[in-house]
Amino acid sequence: MAKPVIDHAAELAKAGAGVDSRLSKAWFLAKSYPLGAIGLLLFLALVFCGVFAEWIAPMDPVKTNAATSLAAPGALHALGADMMGRDMLSRIIHGARISLAVGIGSTILGCFFGVVIGLASGYLLGWFDLITQRIIDVMQALPLLVMALVMAAALGPSLENTIIAISIPLVPHVARVIRSNTLSLREMPFVEAAKAIGMSETRIALKHVLPNTLAPLIVLATAQLGSAILTEASLSFLGLGIPEPHPSWGRMLSESAAEYVRTAPWLVIFPGIAISFAVFGANLLGDAVRDILDPRQRS
Amino acid sequence: MAEVETASEAPVLEVEDLKKHFPIQSGMLKRTIGHVYAVDGVSFSVGRGKTLGLVGESGCGKSTVGRTAMRLLEPTDGKIKVSGTDVTNLSKTELRPYRRQMQIIFQDPFSSLNPRMTAGEIVKEPLYIHNIGDDAEREEMTKALFDRVGLRQSQMQNYPHQFSGGQRQRIGIARALALNPSLIVGDEPVSALDVSIQAQVINLMMDLQEERDMAYLFIAHDLAVVEHISDEVAVMYLGRIVEKADKKTLFTNPLHPYTEALLSAAPIPDPTIRREKKILQGDVPSPINPPKGCHFHTRCPYAEERCKVEEPVLQNKGNGHIVACHLR
Repeated sequence: MAKPVIDHAAELAKAGAGVDSRLSKAWFLAKSYPLGAIGLLLFLALVFCGVFAEWIAPMDPVKTNAATSLAAPGALHALGADMMGRDMLSRIIHGARISLAVGIGSTILGCFFGVVIGLASGYLLGWFDLITQRIIDVMQALPLLVMALVMAAALGPSLENTIIAISIPLVPHVARVIRSNTLSLREMPFVEAAKAIGMSETRIALKHVLPNTLAPLIVLATAQLGSAILTEASLSFLGLGIPEPHPSWGRMLSESAAEYVRTAPWLVIFPGIAISFAVFGANLLGDAVRDILDPRQRS
Repeated sequence: MAEVETASEAPVLEVEDLKKHFPIQSGMLKRTIGHVYAVDGVSFSVGRGKTLGLVGESGCGKSTVGRTAMRLLEPTDGKIKVSGTDVTNLSKTELRPYRRQMQIIFQDPFSSLNPRMTAGEIVKEPLYIHNIGDDAEREEMTKALFDRVGLRQSQMQNYPHQFSGGQRQRIGIARALALNPSLIVGDEPVSALDVSIQAQVINLMMDLQEERDMAYLFIAHDLAVVEHISDEVAVMYLGRIVEKADKKTLFTNPLHPYTEALLSAAPIPDPTIRREKKILQGDVPSPINPPKGCHFHTRCPYAEERCKVEEPVLQNKGNGHIVACHLR
C-alpha cells in the first residue's frame, strides 16, 4: 500500500492557517461567517446609497411633478412616483442617508453615554450607583417610543433633535447591560491581579472591564440600529421626526400606508423593503461582529 | 526605591493580629445587620526564601488572609509589614512600590487571565505599569519569562483560551514573576489542576523559589501538596490560626485536635498502614456567629466545659510550635 502523502501546506490553508494579507483574512472571515458577509453587503449598500445619493439617484428627490402623480413603476420612474409625482427610487436612495444618520448617530450617542454611566455605576458603586440606578428605573418604566416622543416634542423637529430623541431612551438599556457586566467582572481574579500589580482603578475599568463588556454592547447596538430606523419612521409619521421635504423611509411608508396601499402599493412596498433590508443587514452584521470579537469563539 | 530596601533580617511579610470582618448589609439604606468574621486575629511572618503553608477547610478564611495581606481587601484591624515597613495604612499610590515586592497567583487559571489580552500582553503588563525598561526591553523580558516558566515564545500571541489549565497557571506565574517580587501569595495555585500537572507546577514554583530567593505564602487544602512545598505550616479554623509549627513537627506531632483530625483524613498511599481515623462530625460553624470559647469546641472530641466559655490563646510549646488549645 502506498504511503499516504499529506500536503501539509494545503491542509493548513484549509484549516485557515497562513492568513497573511488583509484581503485573505477578510475572505477567510467571510467564508466562516456567510450570514455576516450578507449583512455587511446590505449595510455597505446602505452606506453607499447614503454617501453617494446625489450621484446615483436618477432624479431630484424633492422635485414635484403633478403630471406623474402616483405613476406606476415604469420606464420613467423605475419604482413609481408618489402623490406629488416625486420619483420613488430617488427618494429611497436619499432616504438611506437619513436612516443611516439617525441609526448610527443615535446608536453611537446612546451607547457612549450608556457605557460611561454603566461603567461608572458598576465600578464605583456607592451613592453614585444608587442614584443613577433609580433614575434609570424611572426612564425604563416608559416605553421607548413614548420617551422619544416626549423628547422630540420638547426639542422640535429636525435631524439632530431626532437623533438625540432616539438616543436618550437607549442610554438606560446600555447602562444596565454594562453595569451588570461590570459588577461580575470587577470580582474576577484577573481584575484582582491587575490591582495586585498596582494598576490604577481607571485603567482597570478601561483596560480590563470595558473590553469584556463589548460583546453584549455590540449586539445591543446593532439591534438598536434597526429599531432606531423604525422609531424615526414613527416619529416622522407623527410630524415630530425629520421635517418635509427630506425623504425619510419611515414617513414615506407611514404617510402612504392608509391612503394608497390599494391604489398605489409601490408607495408602501419599496420603502418597506428598504427598511427591512437595512434592519436585517444590521442585525446579521451585529451577530457576526459579536462572534468575531469574542476570542473564545474563534477556533 | 531606596526607602523600600530595609534590613534584610526583617521578614518579607509580617502580619500582626490581622482582622477582616465583612459587614452584612440589608435593605435600601444598606444598614449593617451583622458581620462575617472571616479573619479574626491572625499573626504570622514569612522569612526570605521560606514557605509558609496555610491550610484549613473551605470557608475558614485562608484565602481572605492572603488577599488582605496583599491589601486587595482592606483589613478591618491589625498590621501588615512588608520587609519591615508597615503598609497597613498606605494610600494606593504609596503602596505601589510595595506591590512590586508581593504578587499573587490565583486558584482558577480560567478567570485569572483577561480573555481579551494575549498571553504576552498579560505577562508584559506589570512591567508597563511600573515603567520598567522600554518597549524592546519589556519584550525581551517577557520572552525570558516565557522561557523560564516553560512556555514557548511563539505562544505569546495566543489568547488564554488557547492554553490548557496548566499552561494558563504558568502564564499566571510568569505575570507574578515579572516584577521580581520577594513574596508570592499562592491562593490554592494548584487546586484546580490535574494531579500530574500539579506536580509540574509545584516543582516549577520550588525551582523558582530557590533561584530567586522568594518567599511563598502557600494557601491550600491539600495536605500532601503543603507538606511537599512548605517549611512551616499554619492550620486555620474559622478565621483563626489554631496551630503552627515547622512542617516536620506538625505532620509527626500534631497537638491541636483539629490538626489531628485533618491529618487523619489525609490518605496515606500505602494500603498496609492502618490508622486510627478521627472523622470530624458536622460542618464548620457559621463565621457570622462563631461559637463562644474555643471555636472548635462544637466538633472537638475532647471538648470540656472550659472550652465552651474560655477562649484558648496560642501557646508556645517549644521550637516555634504554637497551639491554641486548653488541653495540650
